[in-house]
Amino acid sequence: MNAEWYVVLSSLLFAIGAMGILVRRSPIVILLCLELMLNAGNLALVAFSRMVGNQQGQVFAIVVMVVAACEVVVGLGLIVALFRRKLPLDVDALRELRG
Amino acid sequence: MEAVLFFAAALGALGGALGVVALRNPFYGVLALIVHLFSLAVLFLLLESAFVAAAQVVVYAGAVMVLYAFVVAYVGGETEPVFDPIPGQRFLAPLLGAALFIELSIAVLGSSLTALSTDGPNVGPGFGDPAGIGKLLLERFLLPFEASSILLLLAAVGAVVLAGRKGEGGTSDEHSAPKARSEGVPTSP
Repeated sequence: MNAEWYVVLSSLLFAIGAMGILVRRSPIVILLCLELMLNAGNLALVAFSRMVGNQQGQVFAIVVMVVAACEVVVGLGLIVALFRRKLPLDVDALRELRG
Repeated sequence: MEAVLFFAAALGALGGALGVVALRNPFYGVLALIVHLFSLAVLFLLLESAFVAAAQVVVYAGAVMVLYAFVVAYVGGETEPVFDPIPGQRFLAPLLGAALFIELSIAVLGSSLTALSTDGPNVGPGFGDPAGIGKLLLERFLLPFEASSILLLLAAVGAVVLAGRKGEGGTSDEHSAPKARSEGVPTSP
C-alpha cells in the first residue's frame, strides 16, 4: 500500500476526533476524542517512518503514547474530582472561567 | 493480501472513531475506542512496526482503556441530553471537520514528497523490533526518554493530588470519600 493511504486515513481520523470534541459535551467523551486525535498523529508518524525507512518516527510514536497516558491520568483525575464535588459532568455547565 | 488487511483495518478504525463520536453512552464509546485501537495496531503491523503495535495493544487497549472503564463505571455512564445550547452547532461541527480533513489532505498530498506514492524502501526483517527501538531510545533519544519518565511521575502525583484530596473547597464529600479514594488514584501504566 502507498503511504498516501495511511496519511489520508490518519487525517480523516484526526478530523473525526476534532469534530467529536466540538459536538460532544461529556468530558469523558471529549477525552476519548482527544485519544482519537493523538492516535491519528501516531499513525501519521509511523507511516512517515516507514516511508523514510527510519525507525526514529516510531520512537516519537511511543513518546506520544506516554504523553497520552499522562493526559488520561490527569484528565480522569479531574473528572473524578468533579464528580466527588457533585459538579455536573457537562462542559457547557462548567463555564465559570469564561470571561 | 496486504490491501485487504489494510482496508479491513481502516474500516475498523473509522468505525471505531465514528462510534466514539456518535454513541451516546460513554461506556459504549470506550468499547468503540478499543476496537479503534486494535485496528490501529493492525495498521502498525502492516507498516512493519511490531513494537509500536505491541505497545499499542498492551498499554493503550490494556491499561489506559481499563482506567477509562473504571472511571466510567464509577462516575456512571449517563447519556447526555440532545438539547443543543449553541444553535446550529451540530451542523457546523461536521462542516468544520470536513473542511479540516480536506485541508489536511491537500496539505499532505500537495506537498512535494515524492516517496508518498511509493511503498517505501525495502527494510530488513529487523525494522521496528524492540532491539532497534530500545537502542534508539537509550542512545540517541535518551533525553526525551528521561523527560517522558519525569512526565509520567508528575502525572501520577498530579492525579493523586487531584482525585485523592477530600473536603477542600466546594461541597464536602465525607460520605463518599473512603470508597472514592481507592478508585480515584490511578496508577500510571
